[in-house]
Amino acid sequence: MAAIDETVQRPVLTPVIPLVEVDEAAARRTLRDQVAKLEAELSASFVAAYPRKGIEFLVSGRGGPRMLSLGDLERLRDDLAHRVQEARRTLDDRAEVEDRHRLLIEEMLRDPARYKWVRVSNEDIGEPGCRHWHVRPRLGPIGMLMGWWRVKISSGCPLATAGPQ
Amino acid sequence: MSGPELEPRPGWVADDVRAEYPELRLLVLPVDARPSRSPPEVRRRLRELSDRFRGAQAVALRRSPVPWAYRVFFRQIGLDPDVSRTPIEAAAVDRLIRGGWRSDNLLDDALTIALVETGVPLWALDAGPVQGELGIRTATAGEPLGRAAAQPLRLPAGRLVVADARTPLAVLFGDLANGHGVDRKTERMVLFTVAVAGVPAIHVEEALYSCAETLLGT
Repeated sequence: MAAIDETVQRPVLTPVIPLVEVDEAAARRTLRDQVAKLEAELSASFVAAYPRKGIEFLVSGRGGPRMLSLGDLERLRDDLAHRVQEARRTLDDRAEVEDRHRLLIEEMLRDPARYKWVRVSNEDIGEPGCRHWHVRPRLGPIGMLMGWWRVKISSGCPLATAGPQ
Repeated sequence: MSGPELEPRPGWVADDVRAEYPELRLLVLPVDARPSRSPPEVRRRLRELSDRFRGAQAVALRRSPVPWAYRVFFRQIGLDPDVSRTPIEAAAVDRLIRGGWRSDNLLDDALTIALVETGVPLWALDAGPVQGELGIRTATAGEPLGRAAAQPLRLPAGRLVVADARTPLAVLFGDLANGHGVDRKTERMVLFTVAVAGVPAIHVEEALYSCAETLLGT
């Protein structure tokens, strides 16, 4: 077979620098989705927190109503994430304390004499209402002298009364 | 449900706003109704709604799909829903503070009933001064809010507004322009509502129909 001389013309490759275009609209869309997710989590924490007080849920606005820039959305997302984290941590801490109070109530009921004058309220166990558990002596001073202790459970919130005339 | 004259029609949304919030919609429903006192059956309906609404519902409101969708949209347009409350949450707070939704007049009662039943907020404009179709756009710097007042509020650039063909008539989820709300001289009203992502179309239409039917006594 005859040798065939072939000259292959190869194209000259010049390096191509990719043109990077930042799609800000897509980034804003992603941030808005994240804001929606974080708002859902914050709302869930808010509902779970009820009736506990003193937990901060505020995330300040951005001077709306207006279309937020990428920077505004990023800051909003970060603020929301921070608030969600804080709320969760506070709720976890409170839940731990409330569990301890529930255990304390059980122990008070089992052995009142060990917990003289101790008082636990509904608020201490994260529940609504004014009920409280109070270790008090039966028959007042006599019970104190005799060591007759018991847990008195209050019946609830005081009835509304008319204010001073 | 509704006669042929009660047909909500979509308002326009400016291109830049639609690009940012593709699911944002404005629905408009003109109603031949004049302001008046609420008849006893409307007052009773409002009372029944008040009786059915409890504190626990108010707390859980923000986890319900429609109120939550408005909360999210408030965040996305730079409003803090705990300060500038969403209309349904504002109504819930009002119910808890005042002990019930008090009857004011037929229009306000109809707006409240529709809001509480569907979670979708509605507003009413005096149809007389409205020129052309209503829509959502951004305001230009110093643009007046409304054209009826002698010294209208001047809007900052980029404020989201509900406007007719000429001027903004309301801040989105905010106040109506002075002189454009319904008053004693109103012959005809234009109801409008703003739907956001996550709010089913049926809720939005139901809110408009409910309000219109209450106003028309049908």
